[in-house]
Amino acid sequence: MNEMSNKTVTDAKKRYSAGVMKYAQMGYWEPDYEPKDTDVIALFRITPQDGVDAVEAAAAVAGESSTATWTVVWTDRLTACEKYRAKAYRVDPVPNSEGEFFAYIAYDLDLFEPGSIANLTASIIGNVFGFKPLKALRLEDMRLPVAYVKTFQGPATGIVVERERLNCYGRPLLGATVKPKLGLSGRNYGRVVYEALKGGLDFTKDDENINSQPFMHWRDRFLYCMEAVNRASAATGEVKGTYLNVTAGTMQEMYARADFAKSLGSVIVMIDLVIGYTAIQSMARWARDNDMILHLHRAGHSTYTRQRSHGVSFRVIAKWMRLAGVDHLHAGTVVGKLEGDPATTKGYYDIFREERNPTALENGIFFDQEWASLNKMMPVASGGIHAGQMHQLLTYLGEDVVLQFGGGTIGHPHGIAAGAQANRVALEAMVFARNAGRDIWNEGEDILRDAARTCTPLKQALDVWKDVSFNYASTDAPDFAPTPEVSA
Amino acid sequence: MKLRQGQFSFLPDLTDDDIRVQAQYAIDNGWAVSVEYTDDPHPRNTYWEMWGHPMFDNPDAAAVVFEVNECRKEHGGTYIRVIAFDSSPGWESIRMSFIVNRPADEPGFRVVRQEGEGRLVRYTIESYAMREPEGARYA
Repeated sequence: MNEMSNKTVTDAKKRYSAGVMKYAQMGYWEPDYEPKDTDVIALFRITPQDGVDAVEAAAAVAGESSTATWTVVWTDRLTACEKYRAKAYRVDPVPNSEGEFFAYIAYDLDLFEPGSIANLTASIIGNVFGFKPLKALRLEDMRLPVAYVKTFQGPATGIVVERERLNCYGRPLLGATVKPKLGLSGRNYGRVVYEALKGGLDFTKDDENINSQPFMHWRDRFLYCMEAVNRASAATGEVKGTYLNVTAGTMQEMYARADFAKSLGSVIVMIDLVIGYTAIQSMARWARDNDMILHLHRAGHSTYTRQRSHGVSFRVIAKWMRLAGVDHLHAGTVVGKLEGDPATTKGYYDIFREERNPTALENGIFFDQEWASLNKMMPVASGGIHAGQMHQLLTYLGEDVVLQFGGGTIGHPHGIAAGAQANRVALEAMVFARNAGRDIWNEGEDILRDAARTCTPLKQALDVWKDVSFNYASTDAPDFAPTPEVSA
Repeated sequence: MKLRQGQFSFLPDLTDDDIRVQAQYAIDNGWAVSVEYTDDPHPRNTYWEMWGHPMFDNPDAAAVVFEVNECRKEHGGTYIRVIAFDSSPGWESIRMSFIVNRPADEPGFRVVRQEGEGRLVRYTIESYAMREPEGARYA
């Protein structure tokens, strides 16, 4: 690449004469720039069109996601434009991926409104993703400065207070999504909730597309579900919950549904990612004001997170959601039916749960990130998991996680309560064994078999699902480490 | 009815050696272990009676088992649990909780429904044992 041609034009007369100029020359490429502690930093994977220089492409991304337009404008000179220009400061080729580059871009904090994901994303993933000189563009990671993090509420409840409210410590939480996801009446739906909670689960869950349809209107669902929750609580002496999905067409309607859930004594409500960032932040604020846990189902994310070349990485979505203030968010299972290799998934879980994320390229984490005492988010593992994988789930995902066995509860040959009991016994036996110092990764199957001696439902579950696993190559593995084999 | 609170209530009742092994795990993690008892097992009864202070600085889980057995001598007819407290920044709460003693008979809970306007129902869960005054329950 021609270094000279990417130099910022410093002579003001030349810089601001009318016409078109390269983005790099306009000042959006500053290879000597050292990001300030208060800068927002974005890491993009850029794939320039053939013949487009990578540095100019990075400068163009910086320009289009901050102050630039396609031509020189004299009105720049009415502003402190050098401050407001985003600065591409580093461009590296992506290992083993010809034609792709990592572009590091720094943004001054004053480019962003405090406490607004909508404002942040309008810049960072706004116009720039349709920019013609790029074949593809992906937002891989962001460094959010403490000064900016502190302008957000963060998770309404957080892992610690959620556990205190639920009176549940020392083990992953257990859940199940009610199936079939569409078609059950309110009365039948509540039956599934009652059986699953009585059998040993902590939570049941509405699916993402259960809102208020002809076969079951929302009030009916809420009323029958809370009957089930309270019956199950009395049957076990535990706090129980069911994620009542309040997703609706307007904020007014969502608030009305959430208020009704609260009036019935629910401990948790749920929303879908598709309602949008501002709606999510609004519901997080509502949840904080009303002592409610807020579950977020990431419906729709794979349309832009899954492919490596274009879109937004889920690790960035996870960071935005921790700022926005949800308590629960789905983050992958490693061993189940949905996308997620172990190394990348570990990166997501760390973003959810840690006070501080050190750079870990092998997990896809490109920056040190301080969370400045923002609450921790509870990851939710859901999709094609069953009791026979308990040792793998506990090893990969740890203790602060909701393990959701939908089919793995409701599909049990002897009924929903038996399925729930099998999962709970498997979980408690595995946690007990781990605490006792056993090597659960290698002895997991023996531990489960021993536990099944005093629990027939677990034996039945292990027999039915013993050969079920989902082994496919991941489409979104880290760039800096080999992808380990996943076997289940 | 078996009270399912705590992290091991779906397993067979823990032996003293099981209690020692789990308490040692807590101690090795730097958590302070305590013993608590109650005759009010409502799931939202946060404050069980403390059998002494949390055992800060205790390196040996045998001492926890000793205190559990001392507590059993006086309150063997009630629920006793072992909890582990983690004071590290960002947590400062409980890390483990498991029941180590139960009354011989666990009558369970009833659901009380107060029917309101429309189809609204306000639910309360009440332990059958709570019909008796404190100290006379599970006698």
